[in-house]
Amino acid sequence: MSFLLFQISFAGYFLAMSAYLVFFISQRKPVRRIARMIFFAAAILHTLNILARYLEAGHTPITSQHEAVSFFAWSVAWCYLSFRWRYTVKNFGTFVSVFVFLLMLLSSLASRQIMPLVPALQSWWLPVHASISLVADGFLALACIGSIMYLLQEREIKNKRFGLFYSRLPSLDSLDKLNQHCLSVGFPLLTLGIITGSLWAKQAWGSYWHWDPKETWSLITWFLYAAVVHQRFTVGWRGRRVAVLTIIAFVAVLFTLWGVTFLLKGVHTYAT
Amino acid sequence: MPRDTIVLLGVNHKTTPLAVREKLALTGGYEEPLAALGRLDAIREYYLLSTCNRVEVLFTCRDVREARKQVLDLLFAGSASREEMKNYIYQYEDQEAINHLFLVASSLDSMIVGEAQILGQLKDAFRHASCQKTSGLILNKLLHKSFSVAKRVRTETRIGANAVSISYAAVELARKIFGNLDDKRVLLVGAGEMAELAAEHLVGQGVSEVVVANRTLERAVKLARRFDGRPVALDELVEQLKSVDIIISSTGASDLILRKKDVQSVMRERRNQPLFFIDIAVPRDLDPEINELDNIYLYDIDDLKHVVEMNKSERDKEAVKARRIVEEETLKFSQWLENIELTPTIIELRSMADDICKKELAKTLGKLDHLSAREKKSIEKMAAAITSRMLHYPLQYLKSDNPCGDRRDKVNTVRTLFRLDNGNRDRGRR
Repeated sequence: MSFLLFQISFAGYFLAMSAYLVFFISQRKPVRRIARMIFFAAAILHTLNILARYLEAGHTPITSQHEAVSFFAWSVAWCYLSFRWRYTVKNFGTFVSVFVFLLMLLSSLASRQIMPLVPALQSWWLPVHASISLVADGFLALACIGSIMYLLQEREIKNKRFGLFYSRLPSLDSLDKLNQHCLSVGFPLLTLGIITGSLWAKQAWGSYWHWDPKETWSLITWFLYAAVVHQRFTVGWRGRRVAVLTIIAFVAVLFTLWGVTFLLKGVHTYAT
Repeated sequence: MPRDTIVLLGVNHKTTPLAVREKLALTGGYEEPLAALGRLDAIREYYLLSTCNRVEVLFTCRDVREARKQVLDLLFAGSASREEMKNYIYQYEDQEAINHLFLVASSLDSMIVGEAQILGQLKDAFRHASCQKTSGLILNKLLHKSFSVAKRVRTETRIGANAVSISYAAVELARKIFGNLDDKRVLLVGAGEMAELAAEHLVGQGVSEVVVANRTLERAVKLARRFDGRPVALDELVEQLKSVDIIISSTGASDLILRKKDVQSVMRERRNQPLFFIDIAVPRDLDPEINELDNIYLYDIDDLKHVVEMNKSERDKEAVKARRIVEEETLKFSQWLENIELTPTIIELRSMADDICKKELAKTLGKLDHLSAREKKSIEKMAAAITSRMLHYPLQYLKSDNPCGDRRDKVNTVRTLFRLDNGNRDRGRR
């Protein structure tokens, strides 16, 4: 049941991405409306998929690679939708839908087997810590996507060579504001995610901090984002420099999510 | 009984030099010439359009040559000789006239292709014509159609999307950098036509303040008054950079007036708010290296010209699409016209058949007086059925959308076959 829902929403994201790409090239408004509707429908089905899996597994489905990445995609999709509800950024949806699709693709490649939960992980902290962290990652992903769009647009304006992006991407100012909004939501959530994680660690293993690779890397990530946010609000850093830093910091996020799991072992390795 | 011909006569910026156009333009408004046209007996429906780039009159008439003579004598007699006019005036009929009107409405015939003004002018001209009731069934439909064609061209192509003048290109860039220009300030350094035009456009986009710096303060004060702005001296320039966002420079100075390090020094105080420099001066006022700084964008006159050229070629591409739409709509409209051309023939054919039917029924029923009322009724029904069956294929032939056959030929054939013009074959063709 949950797998069927997963597949349908996966297909939905694929269709939404294709429609968004068609809109991006052709700039025909009716196509965008269709793309939005498909994306929204896919996100709802995805939510149902996660609920169904929760019922099947009997615990919050953020414990295996497949579940975590799928949840990450879900949080990016809903962060984007919650965002769109407040204000629009031209063609942002195109980039977001591509990213969500790639995450779903990764998730579908991982093993879907439901793993029995290790006793250490059986706690109410699991949904709290994992979902807060992944929603934080969702907003940070949006910040990164916005920064990529900023760099694309900035390059065309600076070099005075207008290609594919100049007319299709929004103004530099709105992309920079997007970055600021996403960071000012994502960074506090990231902080909260780390705090809840350390409280859980105290409960499960007896001490707040283990210097487990995952913990170390999330701390590094946190420092990177802290630097961006700090520079932005005190010195008024903006534009290119912030965009580049945001992208670097997000690479650290991705490494924390996967690199650590595969390269360095620790208590966070989900499915082994 | 063919319908009237639609004729369009006119001069525009392509065919006629400004000196002649000036004389032809209707400076006194539409009322008078429209009333004068109303006194001509050769034309039926008519409407007039006069803008700085064109004067056009569109009318329907029976005798094209006579109508042309009358109209030209009336409108242009005072301003140019007939011989002279012959060289400048273009004349389109029917489908060509429709096509031309649609091209004008969708701004494909304009001096600056894609400009939006012409549609408003066209609507205004039509308002006058319809107020004075000089346009009828055909022209009303035709002009309304031209508005919707123009709208279709706007929405389906990107013909009006890109700026094709330097000052507009500057505004467009500013919008790409700042998004909303509402709370932005403009600094105008030096004066010049293009710089003032750009400033005007920016004010039109809602910038909050214009600051004017000039070598002579007197000139600065004067310009500042025009934009409701604030004059400053030229040596305050660097100081001003802290508070303005867009700088348009066009001084006659032979040397650079701002260097990279000047601009760099204010960025910290600006908290890295972006700056957009537009250098319209030749030789340049601003150090090209300024563009290398973060959050600062510098465009000089050549860069802007390049943007305009690019937009123009983009526009030309879109114009091809637009022309295709116009073509398509012209065909649709011609079809409508032909259909109204058919209507009288269909009515005549039906009434002729009804007449015959009635006459023959009267004859026959007169002889058969022993029939009951019910039996008479069924004979009448049968006669009506036979006539309508007989007419079925001729009518279908008339109405069919066969692209190979010309409607006029079809009408002619049917009229000849059924002798609708009392046997006079030639009358059907005119």
